[in-house]
Amino acid sequence: MKSLDELNKIREAALLKVNLRQNNAQYRILVGMATCGIAAGARPVMKTFLDAIDKDQLPVTLQQTGCIGMCIHEPIVEIIDQAGTKTTYLEVTAAKASEIIESHLKQGKILEAYTHVTK
Amino acid sequence: MERTHVLVCAGTGCTSSKSLELVKRFEEAIRMKDLQSEIKVVKTGCFGLCQKGPIVAIHPDKVFYSHVTLGDVDEIVNEHLYKGRPVKRLEITDIDEETKEAIFEFEKIKFYAKQKRIALRNCGLINPEDVTEYIALDGYQALAKVLMTMTPQNVIDEMKKSGLRGRGGGGFPTGNKWQFAANQVNDEKYVICNADEGDPGAFMDRSILEGDPHSVIEAMTIAGYAIGAHHGYVYIRAEYPIAVERLKIAIQQSEEYGMLGDNIFNTGFKFNIEIRLGAGAFVCGEETALIASIEGRRGMPSVKPPFPAVKGVWGKPTIINNVETFANIPAIINTGADWFASIGTEKSKGTKVFALGGKIVNTGLVEVPMGTTLREVIYEIGGGCPNHKNFKAVQTGGPSGGCLTEEHLDTPIDFDNLIALGSMMGSGGMIILDEDNCMVDVARFYMDFIVDESCGKCTPCRIGTKRMLEMLIDITEGRGTLQTLTDLETLALHVKDSSLCGLGQTASNPVLSTLKHFKHEYLAHVIDKKCPAKVCKALLDYSIDKDLCKKCGLCAKGCPTTAISGVLGKEAYVVDAAKCIRCGACVQNCPFGAIERA
Repeated sequence: MKSLDELNKIREAALLKVNLRQNNAQYRILVGMATCGIAAGARPVMKTFLDAIDKDQLPVTLQQTGCIGMCIHEPIVEIIDQAGTKTTYLEVTAAKASEIIESHLKQGKILEAYTHVTK
Repeated sequence: MERTHVLVCAGTGCTSSKSLELVKRFEEAIRMKDLQSEIKVVKTGCFGLCQKGPIVAIHPDKVFYSHVTLGDVDEIVNEHLYKGRPVKRLEITDIDEETKEAIFEFEKIKFYAKQKRIALRNCGLINPEDVTEYIALDGYQALAKVLMTMTPQNVIDEMKKSGLRGRGGGGFPTGNKWQFAANQVNDEKYVICNADEGDPGAFMDRSILEGDPHSVIEAMTIAGYAIGAHHGYVYIRAEYPIAVERLKIAIQQSEEYGMLGDNIFNTGFKFNIEIRLGAGAFVCGEETALIASIEGRRGMPSVKPPFPAVKGVWGKPTIINNVETFANIPAIINTGADWFASIGTEKSKGTKVFALGGKIVNTGLVEVPMGTTLREVIYEIGGGCPNHKNFKAVQTGGPSGGCLTEEHLDTPIDFDNLIALGSMMGSGGMIILDEDNCMVDVARFYMDFIVDESCGKCTPCRIGTKRMLEMLIDITEGRGTLQTLTDLETLALHVKDSSLCGLGQTASNPVLSTLKHFKHEYLAHVIDKKCPAKVCKALLDYSIDKDLCKKCGLCAKGCPTTAISGVLGKEAYVVDAAKCIRCGACVQNCPFGAIERA
């Protein structure tokens, strides 16, 4: 350790490892992962989020949640911001997840179209 | 990339209930589900709620599980980690008093809601064996700030301004202690961390060293810079193996990262830390005895002055601070002395960690701001006495402290208030006693401890405590008189006034405080020859309730002195008081609860 910069670099890198234990994520992402969610393809959706968080070091936490009773519209993804406002995306696929990441998580723009029922 | 962390408590309490096996089982079960790239299992320090261990916390969900067994692991992995459904039956809960509904959010649970964690800030949150996790939560920032932007005098001034006082018991202002040592002109000085935690029932220092060893190492280095020392010792008892192991790992990692050793942060400042293991003698917590032990001599105290700040280990200026005191220091440097001074009471700043034990629902470790009342700590955080028993007293400060009663419950806890009431803060052990505890017996217990631990150097302590113990035994066995009480009090005051070190000077406190607050219990023992709490066996009378007795004869069969007679199946049994040795075997043997003690 030679300088404060060096310490801060280690800190930044390590912070990503422990951040999810603290309450300071910009968004909380909840993926419905009950039997219905998994059957409808929630795991690839979650995997897409996980890979993006890892690759782009997004300040978000990813949680699994149970069934909320709208099994027909699974996979369901909820995104909650720091103010507690919740956006619910329905019938999400891996491709839609990538769009949500780009638009909602990175630019703060909600993708209105994916919040509606199509079936 | 991990989405979930499973934090398993690996403190001494949870480890003894097999938490390390849980870690293995979790790792296996997670691999079975092929989730190992998403979920990490982390060993942490103590969460504080030792009563409910082993504790497992799941983040970012903020779900706390208690009493987790190996059999529960699969359910947690399959239900919670795989499907996102927390296992409600294992969650720590409280009942909301207004709505009568269960509360699951851990921040709202009373045990945690009233706490403010400064010294324990990282315990249960980070892996103590991974320095990068400590760095992530602002670790070593304080050291960097001190070495690069502050002069030694700046650091000492900051300590003085914060109002931090020694957490080991004495409550001496830390900044002043450092100033004395800094003022000494000497080429060699030393920093000692006193981790010889010896009070029965106290385990806060152990938990800090197990859960966040780097905070102590960082603070010792800061102290070294402030007073001009280049060498530190951690004096820790050998019966804390987990703490010793984690401390060793932490020192090694800190050295590897260049935050300990030569040329720290490239500033040219040099500081080394060495661990010295103590054999667990209570007196070695006393600073001059501790120094003697570090130097390889027999652990016995010596006369002060000279104080260690002038002439300490190897005859050089030395500061000795307690583990918890050190753990506060990086937070003070990082957040500022004004912030720290804004917490607590006028003369006692910051927080204090207490180890709750005895007759209390939530045995464990809590950290509260100074000025919190005993009632809040014992009832709101601790959950009160179990089994709806009535609270009788709380013993603070261990064998050097005293008992406080119901009338003191609303006293704000700080150094000066507790001393004014005849007890002391001590290192923070808090033993709660209920109606089933006999206060004479409690005084006897502590005196027994002191007699064992007295080093024998000075006469008042060596002989005085032994004589006090004999008197207390006489009282509990029915041989005491009013004269015994007078003699006990006189002797207690003599020992207090004339002993050499803190151990002897405070040894009388349990006797004096119980005599003051529970005189009626002593009088019942010496005048009526009765123990109101039914603890002192020699003072109990056993009798058999004729109506409840089923004439089975089990009591007589188990009686070692044939004091019980009757006719099997025909005549109720009776106890012959003259033959009875009050061993209580009959009470254990009677299936019908027919034997009464009075």
